[in-house]
This record gives sequence, C-alpha cells and structure tokens, in this order.
Amino acid sequence: MSLLFVLLSTVPWANAGGAIGAGLAAIGAGIGIGQIGKGAVEAIARQPEAMNDIRANMILTAALIEGVALFAVIAGILSMFV
Amino acid sequence: MIGKGVKSLLVAAFSLFSVLVFGQGPDFHDKHIADQSQKEEKREDTRKFDANEVIFGHVLDAHQFHFMSYNGSDGRVHHVGIPLPVIVYSAQKGLSLFSSSKFDHGESVYNGYLLVTPEYKESLLKRGYSEEEVKKYRNESIIAVDENSVPLENVKVYDLSLTRNVVQMIIALALLVWLMLSVAKRYRENGSAKAPSGMQNLMEVLITFIRDEVGKPNLGVKYNKYMPYLLTVFFFILINNLVALIPGTANVTGNIAFTLVLGVISFIVIMFSTNKHYWGHIFNPPVPGGVKPIMIPVEVLGIFTKPFALIIRLFANMIAGHIIIICLISLIFIFGNLSAGVGWGFSPVSIAFTIFIYFIEILVAFIQAYIFANLTAVFVGQAFEGSHHDADHHADSVIV
Repeated sequence: MSLLFVLLSTVPWANAGGAIGAGLAAIGAGIGIGQIGKGAVEAIARQPEAMNDIRANMILTAALIEGVALFAVIAGILSMFV
Repeated sequence: MIGKGVKSLLVAAFSLFSVLVFGQGPDFHDKHIADQSQKEEKREDTRKFDANEVIFGHVLDAHQFHFMSYNGSDGRVHHVGIPLPVIVYSAQKGLSLFSSSKFDHGESVYNGYLLVTPEYKESLLKRGYSEEEVKKYRNESIIAVDENSVPLENVKVYDLSLTRNVVQMIIALALLVWLMLSVAKRYRENGSAKAPSGMQNLMEVLITFIRDEVGKPNLGVKYNKYMPYLLTVFFFILINNLVALIPGTANVTGNIAFTLVLGVISFIVIMFSTNKHYWGHIFNPPVPGGVKPIMIPVEVLGIFTKPFALIIRLFANMIAGHIIIICLISLIFIFGNLSAGVGWGFSPVSIAFTIFIYFIEILVAFIQAYIFANLTAVFVGQAFEGSHHDADHHADSVIV
C-alpha cells in the first residue's frame, strides 16, 4: 500500500493526464472532420456545380470542430501548470 | 500618391521605430549581479537545450525583439535583437522610462529593477529559495530588487512597457490603415469608372468576400451597419496572424489578453444589436413548461459561452500552431543533446515537417480570421432576428 502512495506521489500524473486528454481530443477531432469531409465529397459528387458553396461550408464547419478540440488541448495544458 | 494623413501616420510609426532602435539614454548601470561564480557560467552558453524555455520564450511576450544569440569569439553570449522601451511604475520610484537593453538580457540591475530570466531563477534556487517561491516569478517580468539582487516582496511594480506584442500591434495597425486609406483614396478619385489596379484588386476580393459571404447572409438588410466592424476585425486578425509567422516577430493573436479584448468587443456589439424578441427567447423560451427551469439558466449561460468560444478558439488555434512549429525545430536540438550526429541527421526531416506545417498555418491564419468575423456576424444576426412566423420564407438566403 505504501508502495502505491509512493508511486502516486512521484509519477507526474498531471502531465500524463494532460497528454492523454489532448490525444483523445485529437481522436475526436479526426473522426468529426473525417465525417465532414466524407459528407462534403459525396455532396460534390452528387452535384459538382455546388462545389464552391460546399467547400466554403466544409471549411467553416471543420474550423468549428477544431476549436472544440483545441478547448480540450488547452484544458490539458492547464492541468499541467495549474 | 499617398494622402497627407497617411504620410504623417507613416512618419509617426517610423520615428517610433527609430527611437526604439537608436535612442539609447545615458548610462545609469547599477552593479552587475553580485554572484560572481554564476557570472562565470554565463560567459558561454553551455547550458543544455531546454525545450520548455525556448518554446515559452517564443510564444510569450518579451521586452525586446530577439532574432538570434551566438557564442562570440570573446567567449560571451551575443544577442541580436531590437530592445524596446520599458515603462514601469512603482510607488517608491514613480514612473521610469528606459530601454530594455539596460537590462543586458537579465544580467544587470537598472534603477532597482531586474528582468527575470531562467539564469536569475537558477541563481535564486542556489541562494536557498524553494521551488514554489521561484516559480512565482515569470520569465521576462520586471521585479524590484535591492542592491544584492534579492527580490523585494512588498514592492508592487506596474509594467506598462511597450513590449513586442504592443509594437507588433502598432505596426499591424499602421499597415492596415495605410492599405485601407490608399485603396479608399483610389476609389474616391475614380469611383467605379476605372478598373481596379494594384492593391485594389486584392482588397476588393477580400472585402466583397466578407460582404457577400459573411455580411449579407447573416445580417440581411442591416449588413451595412456592421460591415466596418466585421472588416476591421477580419483584417486586423489576418494581418497579425500572418506577421506572426515571420521568424523573430511576436505572437500577438496567440495571446489570451488580445483575443479576450476582441471577444469582449464582439460581445458588446452583439449586446447592442439585441431586440425584445431576443430577450423574450432567453427568459421565456418556447419550450414546454416543465423544461423552462432548466432552459432559462442554459440560455443565460449561452449568452456568455458564445463570445467565450470565439476567444478560446482564436487563442488556442494560433498558439497551438506556433508551438507545433517551434517543437518541430526544437526536435533537432533535443536530438542534438543526445549526440551531434543524430541532431544533424534529423534536421532534414524536421525542416520538411516544419515547411508542411507552415503552409497549414498560413491557411489557418486566413481561416481563423474568417471564422471570427463570420461567427460574430452569425451571433449579431441571431440577436436581432424577428419572430419565426414570417409568411414569406425564402428558400435561400435573403436577397439583398
């Protein structure tokens, strides 16, 4: 039991927690933006003349999802330093 | 060709710049840091590469533009950079104005003030301060010290300096004003009778893009009222993002204080555009009665989370991009700590990755400026939209 306490106090858990959180956020962002890309490419295939509108909306939505993923990265960094 | 107003603005910016670079006051050097043994170590920078210090030294604010450091032939470390004016106020000494070169990158005490550097923090640790006490002092902050470079705890120093973020913002401002005024003058002279030439071409593309893709769809007939603010915020963020990509410049948009102010201004613009219908929806949402006690706090919180998301999104995207670039370059030196050969061998890989990320960062610079302007327009549009029971619903966006 005392070994567990020693382990808990010496291992930098905050750094590990921050890194794992950021990694999970990257997985989430990857899945989300991948689905946007899939939808956008399929829509362009169905109607090539709408390509410009679809591309603008795709980039806008991808930036929103990236914003959410970076919230999680900032939370991970804060966990390391606060 | 440039108007008189623009010319005087350029003269003002250039004279500010020259004063910063060339205006050195008389020498009032106090004693150098008393710890002699520590001074010997700083003769040549033989400390190992500290990635943490390099990364945060680049993305945080500083009192000088720092381009490079090298070990000179006389054994000392030479820094190449532009020192910036330091303006500090303390109750004891009043207002002091001097160049940050008086600090000698943290080696000298000037007028009782000291610039905190990693070397100074190490010297504090050697003198017996504990880790938590030393952690309180941020790098590049100015603290009050006595003759032996011991920090004075109870003296509050207010740092009002022209740091590199501020100077870069002023330069971006001058660039933006010059661009817009010269384009506007061209239009005022010729109107729409003459085809656009020169910078007009680029500005026209961007301005009509913001007007047609951001202003009109979200703001309907009232778009003209908000175009100045949307264009200002778009171009200011864009220019600061692009300038920050040049090595040696400051990271302005990746600073939470900068994005906080932009978010608060957007919040104020949104609040001034609200109408009774909007507040009706907040405090009396059209949901079944049982859900109302839950929805009202959520709606009230939603007023604040939207600008908060704007702030964090811009800040996190820009600082993450800069940290990625610096980390990729630092990998060369981290590997170089293991052995010089590995460091050299890894550099082509690292530089290839860095160039790739640089292209993505240029794209992100445009996208983040566009997103900030677009979402501000969306929230303003949501603030003054009328009731949803219009009989003539258009299938597409409002035709203005």
